Amino acid sequence: MAVYYDVGMRSEPKGRTGFAHLFEHLMFQGSASLGKTEHFTYVQGSGGTLNGSTHVDYTNYYEVMPSNATELALFLEADRMRSVAVTQENLDNQIAVVQNEIRVNVLNRPYGGFPWLMVPPVLFGDFANSHNGYGDFVDLESSTVQDARGFFQRYYAPGNAVLTVVGDIDTAEVLGWVEQHFGDIPKRAVPKRSSFAEPVPTEERRATAYDPLAPAPAVAMAWRVPDPADLPSYLPYVVLAEVLTDGDASRLQERMLLEDRSATSIGGYLGLLGDPLDARDPTPFLLEVHHPLETSLDTVVATVDEELARLATDGVGAPELERTVARMTARYLREVDSVLGRATTMSVFEQQRGRAELVNELPDLLRQVTAEAVQAAAATLTPQTRTLLELRPGTAA
Amino acid sequence: MSADLARPLPSLGKPRSPRLPSVGERTLDNGLRVQAVRRPGVPLAELRLRIPFAGPSGRKRRSHTAQAQLLGDTLLSGTSRRSAAQLAADVQALGGQLSASTDADRLGVGGSVLVSGLPGLLEVLGEVLTGAVYPKREVVGERDRLVQELAIYRSEASVVAREALLARMYGEHPYGRELPTADEVGEVKASQLRALHAARLSPAGAVLTVVGDLTPARAIGLVEAALSAWSATGKASATPRVPVVEPGPALLVDRPGAVQTTMRLAGPAPSRTDDDSAAFALANLVFGGYFSSRWVANIREDKGYTYSPHAQVEHPPAGSRVTVAADVSTPTTAPALLETLYELGRIATVPVSQAELDQARRYAVGSLALGTSTQAGLASTLSQLAASGLGVQWLRDYPKQLAAVTVEDALAAGSRYLAPSALTTVLVGDVDQVRGPLSTIVELEQQ
Repeated sequence: MAVYYDVGMRSEPKGRTGFAHLFEHLMFQGSASLGKTEHFTYVQGSGGTLNGSTHVDYTNYYEVMPSNATELALFLEADRMRSVAVTQENLDNQIAVVQNEIRVNVLNRPYGGFPWLMVPPVLFGDFANSHNGYGDFVDLESSTVQDARGFFQRYYAPGNAVLTVVGDIDTAEVLGWVEQHFGDIPKRAVPKRSSFAEPVPTEERRATAYDPLAPAPAVAMAWRVPDPADLPSYLPYVVLAEVLTDGDASRLQERMLLEDRSATSIGGYLGLLGDPLDARDPTPFLLEVHHPLETSLDTVVATVDEELARLATDGVGAPELERTVARMTARYLREVDSVLGRATTMSVFEQQRGRAELVNELPDLLRQVTAEAVQAAAATLTPQTRTLLELRPGTAA
Repeated sequence: MSADLARPLPSLGKPRSPRLPSVGERTLDNGLRVQAVRRPGVPLAELRLRIPFAGPSGRKRRSHTAQAQLLGDTLLSGTSRRSAAQLAADVQALGGQLSASTDADRLGVGGSVLVSGLPGLLEVLGEVLTGAVYPKREVVGERDRLVQELAIYRSEASVVAREALLARMYGEHPYGRELPTADEVGEVKASQLRALHAARLSPAGAVLTVVGDLTPARAIGLVEAALSAWSATGKASATPRVPVVEPGPALLVDRPGAVQTTMRLAGPAPSRTDDDSAAFALANLVFGGYFSSRWVANIREDKGYTYSPHAQVEHPPAGSRVTVAADVSTPTTAPALLETLYELGRIATVPVSQAELDQARRYAVGSLALGTSTQAGLASTLSQLAASGLGVQWLRDYPKQLAAVTVEDALAAGSRYLAPSALTTVLVGDVDQVRGPLSTIVELEQQ
C-alpha cells in the first residue's frame, strides 16, 4: 500500500530548506488515534514493514503487510491524513534525527550528496530547483510546529494524494474499507501546483567541490532534458543513458573501463535521485564518472564528448538498441514483481500522468523508442549545454 | 493523540496460510546440486550459484583473499570463444544480467533473465565455469580498478569500523579480514587466477538455485544441458569454525574531525540450525532488531542521538554473528553508548513482556513471508538456506519454532548472546572529542 502526496522538495520556501523531508518524519509521530511510534508498532507488530521517502516532486509513505492486515494499514494511513499530531517535543526530536541522517549520509561520508545535492545549484537558477532538499541545519532548527501545521493544511489535502493498494486482496472489499476510513476526511482546497520551469542553460556551467573524505576525484555532467510529461520525447533519453552506461557492453563502460582504463566507475541516469519516471520538469540527464588521480579531468570529459559525438553522428545500431531495451525491460519487470514495486510505480504514474495503467504499458513504450530518436537525443548533449561539477579530494587551497 | 477524535482500530483478519513452494531437486552426475521452483508473476528467471570457496587460515590467507576477489571480478572477462565485451553484450541481449563475487566461504554467481533467455544465460554460465581464460590485459585492468575501489570503500567510516571489528573478533581466521590490501592485489597474476579456478571451481558441493516462470523439471533440464560438461577438477573445502571471541577493551579508531561516531558492538550468535536460534531472533528484535524495538525507541525516538540504529544478524557458515550498529553525533557518543549498554544489559537480565515477545514474533513471521514473496527473494533465501544445510521445509518449520519461544527462552538467549560483556566494541570517531567522555564508561584501547 502506498500513499503519494503531491509535494516534494521543490515546494519548500526560502528559509525552510529540508522541510518536506522533515515533515515526512513528523507523519510518523502520531495522529488522533495513534501515539508516538504506534504507527510503527501496529505495522510491524502485524508482520509488516513500512517507510516513507521525500523526492523532488512528491512524498510517499508505504506499508507492506500480510493481506489480513490490509484494513489496518488503510486505517493507519487515513488516521494521519485526517489528523497528524505534531508537538514541540516530537518536532525537536525529529530535527535531531534528521540532522543525524544528514551526517551519516552526507557529512561523514565520502562523496556524500554527490551529485544529487551538488549539481542543482549549478544546473538551476530558480530557488525551488536549486536549493538543498536535505536542508540547511539553520533552517531545520528554526522550523516550528506552526510551520508543520501550515504545511500539512496546505499540501496534505486528501485531493492532493494518491492511494494505491496491490496484493492478494478482494478489490471490492478494499474499496469498501477505503470509503469507510478515508471517506469522511473533510475535503479541502488542493494547492495549484506551481510551474518550476526555468530556461535551459545556453552555455557551459562549471563548478568545483572539495571533499576532504574522498580519496579520488569524480565528475558529474548534467544536461536538461525534455519535459518527462511528454514520454515520446523523454524516453529516448532514458534509453540513451543505458546505451552509454549499462554494463560492460555499453559505450562508456566499454571505452573507459575496459579499453582506456581511464575510469573506476561510471553511472548514467535521469533525475537527481536516479529514477527516470518519478520527476517532473525541469529535470536532468546525469553522467557520473569516478576516476583515478592519474586520469585528468580533461581526459575524462574529452572521452565522454567523443563518445556522445560518435553516437550523434553514427547513431546506435539495431542490435545494440535491442539488447539495451531487452535488459531495461527485464529490470523493470523485476522491480514490479514485488507488490511494493508495483504499488509505487503505479502511484507515481497515476499522480504525475493520471494513468496507473502505464505500469503495464511501459515495456511496449520502451520497445517503440527508435534508433533515430536515441541518436537525436545524443546530439543534444553538447558541451555548450552541459553543467559540469568536478569533485576533488581534499580541501580548497 | 487526542482522545476525543480517536477511533477504534480495525482488528486483523484471518491470516492466510502460506503455501510452501514446491521445489524440484536433482544432483547432476558431476556433483552439482540443482534446486528449482516455479514462481510465475513476471516472465523472468533468477539464478544463484554457490560454490564452496574457503581459503586457508594464517599468512596464506592474505594472497588468497586478493586472488579470490579478483577471480570474482574477472570470471566474466572472457573465454576462448568470447571477449569480455562480447559476453556482456550477449547476456544483455537475453534481457539478462550476471555477476560473480567471492567471500571467505564461497564463490557466488547471481543472475536474472527474461525467462526466454534462460537457456542462453546458462550457456554463458557453463562457458565461463569451464573455460574462463582470465586474459592478462583484463586481469591487470581489473587489478588497478580494484585498488581504486578499495581506497574508496575504505574511506567510509562504516568500512573502517567493520574491518577493525572483524580483525578484533577473528584474528587470523579467514573471517578476520574480508578485503585484501592494495599491495596484495598488486601482486596477483593472471596465471594464479587460472590455477585457482582449476583447483577450486568444482561442481562437487556446489548448489544452483533457479526460481522463475518455468517448471522445475524444465529448469533442471536446461541446467543439465548447459552444465553437465562442467567437471570436478579440484576439491571443495569448508571454512574452519570461528575461534572463541575475547571481547577485550573497547577499540577506539581515530577519524579526526568526524561529526559522528560509528559505533559497533558485535558477538557470536546462534546459527539457523541451533536450538536457540528462534529465541535469539526474538530477543534481538525486542532489543534493537527492528524499528519497533526498545533501543530504537530510546536512542532515536526519545533522544535523537542517531538516525538508523539496528541490530543485525549475519549467518556465515563458520559462525553466525550479531552486530549492534549506530552512527551517533559526536557530542552524544558517550551518552549513546551508555544507553546501548543499558538496553543490552536489560535484554540480558530482565524478562521481556509477553506483548513485546508476541509483537516481535508476528514481525519475524511476516518478514519471512515478505522476503520470499518475489522471485529474487525466494531464490536468494533458498540459496542461503542451502548453504546452512537447510531445505525449503525450513520456511514452514521456522515459524513453528518462533511460535514456541517463551519469555524464559528469550531471556536465556538474550543473556547468552546480547550481554554487554560478550560483545566486542569498536568506535570510529574524533578521538580528541570522544575519548574523555567514553573513558568514564568503558575501558578503551586506541588503535
